[in-house]
Amino acid sequence: MPVATDSNTQRLVETLTARRDVFVGQWADTVGEALQGRLSAAELGRELGELYEAVLQGLASGGLSGRGEAFGEVRSLLIELSRNRARQGFTPTETARSVFALKEVLEPSLTGDAEGARVYLQLARLLDDLGLLTAEAYVRTREEIISSQAEQLLELSTPVVKLWDGVVGVPLVGTLDSARTQVVMEKLLQTLVDSDSTHAIIDITGVPTVDTQVAQHLLKTVLAARMMGAQCTISGIRPQIAQTIVALGIEFGDVPTIASLSDALRQAVKEVAQEADDDVRGLL
Amino acid sequence: MTDRVPILRIGDVLLVSIQVELEDQMVMDLQDDLSQRIVDTGARGVVIDISGLDVVDSFVGRMLATNAAISRMLGAETIVVGMRPAVAMTLVELGLSLKGVRTALNLERGLKLLRRLAAGPADRA
Amino acid sequence: MRDYAATGAPPESLSVGNSSDVVMARQLVRTLAQRTGLSLVHQTKLVTAASELGRNMLIHGGGGIVRAATVDDAGRTGVYVEFEDRGPGIADIELALTDGWTSGDGMGLGLSGARRLVDEFGIESGPDGTTVRIVKWGR
Repeated sequence: MPVATDSNTQRLVETLTARRDVFVGQWADTVGEALQGRLSAAELGRELGELYEAVLQGLASGGLSGRGEAFGEVRSLLIELSRNRARQGFTPTETARSVFALKEVLEPSLTGDAEGARVYLQLARLLDDLGLLTAEAYVRTREEIISSQAEQLLELSTPVVKLWDGVVGVPLVGTLDSARTQVVMEKLLQTLVDSDSTHAIIDITGVPTVDTQVAQHLLKTVLAARMMGAQCTISGIRPQIAQTIVALGIEFGDVPTIASLSDALRQAVKEVAQEADDDVRGLL
Repeated sequence: MTDRVPILRIGDVLLVSIQVELEDQMVMDLQDDLSQRIVDTGARGVVIDISGLDVVDSFVGRMLATNAAISRMLGAETIVVGMRPAVAMTLVELGLSLKGVRTALNLERGLKLLRRLAAGPADRA
Repeated sequence: MRDYAATGAPPESLSVGNSSDVVMARQLVRTLAQRTGLSLVHQTKLVTAASELGRNMLIHGGGGIVRAATVDDAGRTGVYVEFEDRGPGIADIELALTDGWTSGDGMGLGLSGARRLVDEFGIESGPDGTTVRIVKWGR
C-alpha cells in the first residue's frame, strides 16, 4: 500500500473537515436513494455521520491503510452496520454501496487538479478496501443467521407430545439425519423423565425413507429408553419402508414395531392401565 | 480410607442413593457392603438410585450388573432407578446393555415395581 | 488423525497414578467440555470415554499423564484429550480395539467403547508406552 505524503493527507483532512456537513448530507442522500426509503433518513444520517467522523479521525492520525490500527473504530462501525443490514434483509450490494457512495460524493470536489486526483485515488483505494470489509461482515452475519435458524428448525421439527397419562409420542416428518435423530432421542428421553411416563411412541409415518443409519438411531433410542425403565415403540412403518428394511437386511433387533399410531397408543394405554391395576393389588 | 456409599433400609427394601462422584474403591466397597446387608437384613429388594450420577462408565455399569446378579442369588431383586437420558444414550453407544438389570424411571416407580414383583410371580422384566 | 496437540490452546495436564486421579481427570475433561459448550449428551460421552481411557492407562500402563485442551478447526470447537503412559504397550492394537476383548477383568469395552463415544480417535503404542488421543466436536 503506497504511503500518502503528509501534505496530501493533510489536504484531504482539511477538505473533509471543512465541508463535513455537505459531504455527509450528500452521502446520506445517495445511499438513501439506493435503499429507496427502507431506512429512515435520520437513522442513515446518524449512522453515516459517525462513520464519516471515524474515517476522518483515521486519516488524520494514521494515513490510508484501511486494515491499519488507525481505522479500528471505522472497522467496528462498519461491521456493526453490515450486521444490521444483513439482519434487516438488505442485499450485500446495497450494504457495500453504503461505503462506495462516498466516492461518488467526493469525486467532483477532489479531482479538480492533478494532485487532488492522486489524493482521490488513494482515498478510493481505502474505501474499496472498507467496502470489501462490509461484504465479509455481511456474509459472516448471514452464516450465523442460517445456522441459528437450522437449530431452531431442528427444535421445531421434533415436537414431543403427551398422548395419554404415562404415554408420550413424537411424530417424525421428513428426512432423518444423524443430527436430527440425536435431538429427537434426547428430547424424547428427557420428556419421559420430566413427565414420569413409562411409554414412548415414535411415529415414522412421515419419514420417506429409512436407511441403515436411521434404523440404527431408532434402535439406540429404544435401547436407551429401556435402560431408563421405559418402553419405546416404533409405529407408522409403511409397507415400502418395511420392504426396504427387510431388503437392506437391517437388524431391527427386538424393537417393538406396530403398523399404526392408533394401535401403538391402544397397546401403550392398555399396558399403563395394567401396571396401575397391579399396583393396587400389590398394595393389598 | 475412602468414603462409603450409605445403604438405607426401609422395611424389606434396601435403598442405595449414589449422590457423589464414584471412585473405583467406593464401587467395590459398595458391592461388598450391599451383599452383606442383604444377608444381615434378609431384604427382598434393592433399589439403586443413580439419578445423581452424570457419568456411568463400564466399570460402574459392570458393578450394577454384578450387584443385580449377586442380590438375586441372595434372594433380593435389584431395580436401578433414575438413569439420566444422556447416561442411557452413552451406555448404548458404549455397547453396555446392562442385561439382567431391571430399571425404572424413578424411585417411586422402582418401589412399585418391587412390590409388583413380590405380589405376582409373573416375570415382567 | 490430526495432531491437535500442536495447535490450539496450551493443554491442561494432570498426572494419573491412582483411581482418585481418574476422577480428577474426569472432572478436568468435564470442565473443559462445559466451557466449550458441548451439548449435555456430547459432554457425557466425552467424559465417559475419558473415564474408560484413564482407567485403562492406570491398569495397563501403570498410570501416566492426561492432557486436555479446547481446539478449533474450521469454525468448530471441540475438546482434545490425550492419555500418555510409559507402560509395556499394546501388542496387537487391532485386537485390543475389538469389542469384548479384554486383558484384565473389565468388560472389554474400554478402548473400543471409548472410540465409539468420540469423533476422532488415534492410538500409538510401542514398547515404551501408549498414547491415545481423542477429540469430541461440539454440535
